[in-house]
Amino acid sequence: MKVGLFIPCYINQLYPQVGKATLELLERLNVEVAYPSGQTCCGQPMANSGYEYESVGACNNFVDNFKEFDYIVMPSGSCAYHVKKHFDVIPQTDDVVKVRENVYELCDFILNVLKVKNVGASFPYKVGLHKSCHGLRGLRLGSCSEMVTEEYSYIGALLEEVSGTEIIELTREDECCGFGGTFAVTEEAISVKMGKDRIQDHLDNGAEVITATDTSCLMHLEGLVTRNKQPLKILHIAEILNSVGDQKLKK
Amino acid sequence: MSHSKAATIFNKDEKKVNWHDKALWFVRHKRDISAHTVKGWEELRSLGQGIKAHTLSNLDTYLIQFEKNALNNGVQVHWAKDGDEHNKIVRRILKEHHAKKVVKSKSMLTEECHLNPFLEAEGIEIIDTDLGERIVQLAKEPPSHIVLPAIHKTKEEVDELFQEHLGTKPSGGDPQYLTGEARKHLRQKFIEADVAITGVNFAIAETGGFVVCTNEGNADMGAHLAPVHIACMGIEKLIPKQEHLGVFLRLLARSATGQHITTYSSHFKRPQKGNEMHIIIVDNGRTEQLSRPDFRSSLHCIRCGACMNTCPIYRRSGGHSYDATIPGPIGSILSPGKDLKEHSSLPFASTLCGSCSDVCPVKIDIHAQLYKWRQIITKETPQPFVKKFSMKIMGSIFSKPKQFEQVGKIARWSLRNLPKGMINSKPNVWGKERDLPLGPKESFDEWFKNRKKDGQ
Repeated sequence: MKVGLFIPCYINQLYPQVGKATLELLERLNVEVAYPSGQTCCGQPMANSGYEYESVGACNNFVDNFKEFDYIVMPSGSCAYHVKKHFDVIPQTDDVVKVRENVYELCDFILNVLKVKNVGASFPYKVGLHKSCHGLRGLRLGSCSEMVTEEYSYIGALLEEVSGTEIIELTREDECCGFGGTFAVTEEAISVKMGKDRIQDHLDNGAEVITATDTSCLMHLEGLVTRNKQPLKILHIAEILNSVGDQKLKK
Repeated sequence: MSHSKAATIFNKDEKKVNWHDKALWFVRHKRDISAHTVKGWEELRSLGQGIKAHTLSNLDTYLIQFEKNALNNGVQVHWAKDGDEHNKIVRRILKEHHAKKVVKSKSMLTEECHLNPFLEAEGIEIIDTDLGERIVQLAKEPPSHIVLPAIHKTKEEVDELFQEHLGTKPSGGDPQYLTGEARKHLRQKFIEADVAITGVNFAIAETGGFVVCTNEGNADMGAHLAPVHIACMGIEKLIPKQEHLGVFLRLLARSATGQHITTYSSHFKRPQKGNEMHIIIVDNGRTEQLSRPDFRSSLHCIRCGACMNTCPIYRRSGGHSYDATIPGPIGSILSPGKDLKEHSSLPFASTLCGSCSDVCPVKIDIHAQLYKWRQIITKETPQPFVKKFSMKIMGSIFSKPKQFEQVGKIARWSLRNLPKGMINSKPNVWGKERDLPLGPKESFDEWFKNRKKDGQ
């Protein structure tokens, strides 16, 4: 099983600890992971802003880096969804089709490919799970509150097995946080309001930590939490799943 | 004004935003409870989608079949290519009957055609009889929601409005008193009306009949009392068979308000003896939208408003921020088809969270169409230089790993070393209310390289 690790551009530059946790977690689960050094970005920032044609170079670079792998794993539902859903902007060669088929969000990969539920982590805190939209409604990593289907959550399934973790219930279980890429800037007022409301829901229900599959949502929420000095820690799901031994939260 | 500017103004009153958000979320929640009681809800949605897709791909046949059957029923059928033609047909019918007073039940189509100002300019009194519609009419505002037209108004605001226009007593916003007074006021208008105008929710090709759904019975009150009934419909309102109503009436009420069935689903087929019934079938840009494969399914819409109630942006920006007849997610994929430049900010008024598509009773892939409109808008309408240029630069950086590494280094250094006041200065919109992460010394790339060197 050849597994390639994709670390989204903003995680690579701004949140390397999320990348480290992802790599260490996979290695702890005995996966041999390769990290191709020429990778950059999935192309989503340009494409979602309406400049799909400016994302072609990024898409091609992505495919060049990952065409050799059986599985391409990343700590992001949003980037995985982008590759699956929007890479039709480049010609559909065999390599492109293969890459699109083999892209996995981290939790999806652990639960459904590795078939592991208990990753041996311990994290004794009250955790609010923010269900990032592209992973949820794009990749269907869980049931969506709008639809009449059986309830499930890949991320929840892994988190439930983490020793000491209490998953809190939210009043609005899967509302968007308001990040939305360039939306965060072009629609600043609404974006901030959505973020504030999402944080309040977690606070009202007793969360000590907010986690998600996507650091983009978390960067937005963290930006608000830090500015407003709110008593919440923001961690990517990989960081929680990679918590072994005694964990003390640095607040 | 762009959506973001209008929404910023709306957000100056946070209390009102919270109230607006909660009021609409309450409706979304009622819809969830109601949908969950239907076994096979998702199949019902698929059926609704399938029937609509079939109808639209055979629209020519069904329109002709509908016209033929309606004529046989004794209904007069008119065709209008746009809003102007529609309004002129209405005026002609009114003139033939020397009509001066018109009552109208809710119809988004007549809003779209701007029928009210057109008739008012001719000296005709036209009264909206849906309570919410009447409220916004008195306030001289367009509806802010397609099912709940006055959802942006508090009951206290309605109280003041009624005092001014209907001469009511101050009641502190007592809903029972206010609706009672509205009822008295509207009863008089129904009795005096020369002509009643209604919209059409569903037109049935095989019978030539049509169905109008209201919760207040105001379509019936108008149509039964006035000697002339004019029903206005877009070409996409057609369904092939009577039995298909069973699919759509169930989907519509539950999606719109969480009701099991709309209070009045009124079936009209032929005029009463001595009366007249007219149907105006309107295109107004719909065939053009039908010709666009990526956006065709936007015409499936049955105007339930569920996408508005679920949309986190709509709930926090109010319907008027969209500055379009149909606001919210569905409006944001319909409006650019009418005037791309005027409505170019709407497809960007979304995080592409996808909730609209999942809640839609006829499975319109609204968020996917928003994404597609974005691609067209950046090519066909003038864009700010900064946006265009920065996208080009980003596109180039991300196609060259070496450049990406260098730019990343500079960005991280800046975040670490520049004073906060400088980082969060005005050009950085992000920093107005949010902090940026502290730039780490080492990128993941660098850490990984060092780790390999260390032989870990």
